[in-house]
Amino acid sequence: MNLVALKMLVGDRAKYFGIIMGLTFASLLITQQAAIFVGLMTRTFGAITDLGLPDVWVMDPKVQFIDDVKPLQDTQLLRVRGISGVQWAVPLYKGLLKARLSNGNFQTCNVLGLDDATLIGGPPTMVQGSLADLRKSDAVIVDDIGAADKLAHVRADGTRDPIRIGDTLELNDHRAVVVGVCHVSRTFQSQPVVFTTYSRATLFAPRERKLLSFVLVKARPGVNKAELCARIARGTGLAAYTSDQFKDLTYGYFMKYTGIPINFGIAIALGFIVGTAIAGQTFYNFTLDNLRHFGALKAMGAGNGTLLRMILIQAVVVGSIGYGLGVGLASAFGFATRNTELSFLMPWQLLLISAAAVTLICVLSSLISMRKVITLEPAIVFKG
Amino acid sequence: MTSTTIEYQNPTAHTSAGGVAVGCRGVTKTYGSGDAEVTALRGIDLDVRAGELMMLVGPSGCGKTTLISVIAGILDRDAGECAVFGRDFSRMSQREKTRYRGETIGFVFQAFNLLPTLTAAENVAIPLLINGAARGGAVGKARDMLARVGLGDRAHSLPSQLSGGQQQRVAIARALVHDPRLIVCDEPTSALDHETGHKVMEMLKSVALKHDRALIIVTHDARIFEFADRIARMDDGRVLSVSDDHRATPAASTDESETKS
Repeated sequence: MNLVALKMLVGDRAKYFGIIMGLTFASLLITQQAAIFVGLMTRTFGAITDLGLPDVWVMDPKVQFIDDVKPLQDTQLLRVRGISGVQWAVPLYKGLLKARLSNGNFQTCNVLGLDDATLIGGPPTMVQGSLADLRKSDAVIVDDIGAADKLAHVRADGTRDPIRIGDTLELNDHRAVVVGVCHVSRTFQSQPVVFTTYSRATLFAPRERKLLSFVLVKARPGVNKAELCARIARGTGLAAYTSDQFKDLTYGYFMKYTGIPINFGIAIALGFIVGTAIAGQTFYNFTLDNLRHFGALKAMGAGNGTLLRMILIQAVVVGSIGYGLGVGLASAFGFATRNTELSFLMPWQLLLISAAAVTLICVLSSLISMRKVITLEPAIVFKG
Repeated sequence: MTSTTIEYQNPTAHTSAGGVAVGCRGVTKTYGSGDAEVTALRGIDLDVRAGELMMLVGPSGCGKTTLISVIAGILDRDAGECAVFGRDFSRMSQREKTRYRGETIGFVFQAFNLLPTLTAAENVAIPLLINGAARGGAVGKARDMLARVGLGDRAHSLPSQLSGGQQQRVAIARALVHDPRLIVCDEPTSALDHETGHKVMEMLKSVALKHDRALIIVTHDARIFEFADRIARMDDGRVLSVSDDHRATPAASTDESETKS
């Protein structure tokens, strides 16, 4: 009877495509909006992800997320180095500085100052040049997207020439020479990322009493990271988080204090509701149209179990097709926008979530139909 | 055939010629409640013999459709007894009832009720599939049955590609394919012109009727009365008479303009 169920389903082309369209739309909207949301949220802690080497981030206890820098005194670095279980600890400057462009415009850049001796905290991927070139005079490394876009030289006709190795920038009235181009995770505010040494970054930065943004710590082998964080916090009075904890802190801040989750949540909920409405209504209409046939099958000896299985098969088929098309379109969207400002990240967990959502839509849609068929009186086949 | 009309009082008197296929005693059925209560069957006594074609005739609302629904086990009666080949649906669980109906009864509906997206062979195979047959074997058997009703060359046609008469022949093939012992037909010729209806009845009687199988046909169509072995005349929820002479059935009770009871 499974094939009968499928033939019943595809036989009514208009309703068949209507149900699939509803589910595709729901699946697309849920997956695409959720992927943009995940991409956007991932950008909030992109710098933490890129700095894979340190185990622990040490900062002012009042810091709420990675861009909420509350500088420390340089002496805090030495205090952290004195904590038992610390293999090494290096300083990191993180701040927003204005770069003056060749056309006279200003562009705010995300400047990261790395430990002069070790250059720990450098970009994960170098596109041109070498990280070691940061030791050259006035040297900076810029990210490839920033180099090609916001930091690019703009010609009179509007075309952009990416800045290259050897070009100079003016960072907060200080000369900076580009010695390399790297690739990093995009930042939440999509500013260009500029790497330099810690000492040079503090020169570029406006004069302040405290300039140390974070202390990056590596735990000794075998030392429990969480315990080390607790020891650093006790010993210095600072906040210490593992990389994952710091990501959670940053992510949690954006979730709690910005309207991003609500806005995306509304779009996702809308996709779910509209998808449920279209698919549910069309599926129910399809069942109603076939009620007489279901009645005939019931009269001819098909039990409720058989009929429910038929409806379930129909729901599974349209659900699978709708889900596949929706996720496929969402993936195509993500692929098409991969080199744009748009954030789009579709981890496998998201596919499971959207599959669960589409399954729920199908269950809700088919439940109404199933109820109708279970309560169906087969004697209707004898009524004109 | 003897031409007699009797007042219907003692159904057991008619069961001597063949085994009893359907035996109903004091069957009542009421729809609704309170002011909306409608009594459809008022103590029906009726026997249908194996090997005979019985027609149920009467004006709209007389209870014909309710009676075949009760006999076929797709509607529960309120009181009385009704057995199909000795088994009473009311004493079965829902699952048993469904299974017994699927194995024992074949249905021919007024509107054919063929699934429009299935071919003729697939439509005919449905009762076999319901009873658990494998698809390949079921469709093969369905093709054989279509050949028996003269549609061997239309096995791959969709219902929309068939005429009304052909569709009804497919429906008859579907009713017979699993070799049921009782065939229940609801107005099988009402959607057909006279000539086609006549041909369908000739075919139905020649293909379906066997010594151990009974046919019950609900109809308003006086033109097919001649095919009946016996005719039960109903009115107001009662069987008024059972006759083996179709010419003795009063025309007034079978208004051809009416379509359903």
